[in-house]
Amino acid sequence: MAKPKVALYWAASCGGCDIGLLEIGENLLKLIDAVDIVFWPVAIDVKYKDVEAMADQSIDVCLFNGAIRSSEQEHIAKLLRAKSKIMISFGACAHQGGVPGLANMYNREMIMERAYLETPSTENPDKVLPQTSCQVPEGELKLPELFDTVKTLAQTVKVEYIVPGCPPEAQTTWMALEALINGQMPPVGTVITDNAKAVCDDCPRKRDVKKVKKFHRTHEIISDPEICLLEQGLLCAGIATKGGCGARCPRAGMPCTGCYGPVEGVIDQGAHFMNAIASVIDSNDPDEIEKIIEDIRDPAGTFYRYSLSDSILRRARV
Amino acid sequence: MSFEPKILAILCNWCSYSGADLAGTSRKKYPANVRIMRVMCSGRVDPVFIMKALESGADGVLILGCHPGDCHYTSGNYKTIRRMGMLKKLTEQMGIEDDRIRLDWVAASEGDRFAEIIKDMTEKVKALGPFPRNGGDNG
Ligand code: SF4
Ligand code: SF4
Ligand code: FES
Repeated sequence: MAKPKVALYWAASCGGCDIGLLEIGENLLKLIDAVDIVFWPVAIDVKYKDVEAMADQSIDVCLFNGAIRSSEQEHIAKLLRAKSKIMISFGACAHQGGVPGLANMYNREMIMERAYLETPSTENPDKVLPQTSCQVPEGELKLPELFDTVKTLAQTVKVEYIVPGCPPEAQTTWMALEALINGQMPPVGTVITDNAKAVCDDCPRKRDVKKVKKFHRTHEIISDPEICLLEQGLLCAGIATKGGCGARCPRAGMPCTGCYGPVEGVIDQGAHFMNAIASVIDSNDPDEIEKIIEDIRDPAGTFYRYSLSDSILRRARV
Repeated sequence: MSFEPKILAILCNWCSYSGADLAGTSRKKYPANVRIMRVMCSGRVDPVFIMKALESGADGVLILGCHPGDCHYTSGNYKTIRRMGMLKKLTEQMGIEDDRIRLDWVAASEGDRFAEIIKDMTEKVKALGPFPRNGGDNG
C-alpha cells in the first residue's frame, strides 16, 4: 500500500504549532517512515505552484495550523481543501482564531495605524502603509490583503477533525497522528484529545467551595501550590476548557487560559467561562458585585483568549 | 419608514410574566416591538441567549425578574445580577451600546411599570438603530 500523503501548513500563527509537532520526539521517525510529507513550508521546499499542480484529493491528510486573516491564507486554505481528502484544524488558531483572533477587537484600519504609524518604535514620516499592489520599474508588486476580521479555518473551508491546543501537546498530536498512521480515524467532527471532559478533571489541586470575594491577576499574589487556583481568586479557565493537556498550566501554578477550546456541547467557550466565574462570586449585593467584577480588567481577553473568532459575537463593533 | 426595533424580553414566570399579564388585562398601551419569552426564573438566562438573540435578529434584549429578595426560588435573581454585571462589562468592551441590554425588575402587581419599561427601552433602542450583525462577514 502506498504511504499516505500528508501536507502541513501555517496561516496566521506564531510558528509554535510547527515546533509543537517536533515535541512528539522519536515518534517523529515513525511518522516519517509511515507517511510521505508532500508540503510543509517550515521544513521542505515545495512551492505553491507545486501544490496547484497536484491532482484534487491527492493529499490524504492536511494538518492546517493558524487562523485566516489574509487573502493569501484564505486562498491556500481553499487550495489545500481541494487537494486533500481530510482537513485537520491543528492548534487553537485554526480551531478558534487563537490569540490572532483577538485582533477582532479592532479593524484593519486601526491595526494598520497602530502597527505602521503609532507604535513608539516606528518612524514613518511619510505615513507609508502596505498596499496590495505597487508599481516599480520592474513591473507590479503584489501583497496579500489583510482582512478586517480574523476567521477560523472551519469558517473558511470544511474541516473533518480538530486537534486543539496552543500548541497541541505532544500526546494530543500523537493521538491524531497514530490514528492516521493506523488508518483508524475517529468519526468525522471529533475534537481529538484523550480527555473528553474538562481540564479540572486532570488537575491535582484540592477543591473545596468556590466562593470568591476578590479576583487577582496572576502577578498580584503568591498562590498556594495545592489549592484550586480559582478558589484563590485567579481566573482559571480549566472549568470551561476541554481536557487533554494533562492540566499543564495549573500544575505549574498558572491558571488555565483555555487553549484546548470548549468542553463538549458548549458553543461559546467565553460565555461558559464567564458564567462559571459569575457563579463563584460570593455576594448578593449589587454594589459589592460590581466592585468584585471591576477587578476583571479585560473580560474579552480573559474569557475569549483563544476563541473570539469562534464566539457568537465574533468581533467588537468598532 | 422609520426604524422599528425588535426587542426580545425574557420574563420570569412568577413576577414579571404576571406583571406583563396584568398590563394586558388592564389594557395598558405599550409598543408592539417586544417579543416575550417566558422562563421559570431570571436565573435561567444564560448570556448566550442574549448574544444569540442579538446575532439572530433582535436589536435589544430585556431581562425582567422578580425584585431582589422576591425571587420565587430565593436567589435566582442574584445570580442574574452577577451574570449580567459580567456580561455588561464584556459587551461594553465589545462596543455594544449599554441601552441594548437591560436587566430590570417587575412584580406581579406592576403592570404599569412593565408598560413603562417597554416604552422606555423601545425608544432608546430605536434611537440606536439596528444592531450591527454578522460582524465577521466584512472581509
Ligand atoms: S479551576 Fe483550575 S486550578 Fe481549579 S481545579 Fe480547575 S483547572 Fe485546577
Ligand atoms: S491548562 Fe489550559 S491553557 Fe494550559 S495547556 Fe491546558 S488547556 Fe491550554
Ligand atoms: S422567579 Fe422571578 S427572578 Fe427568580
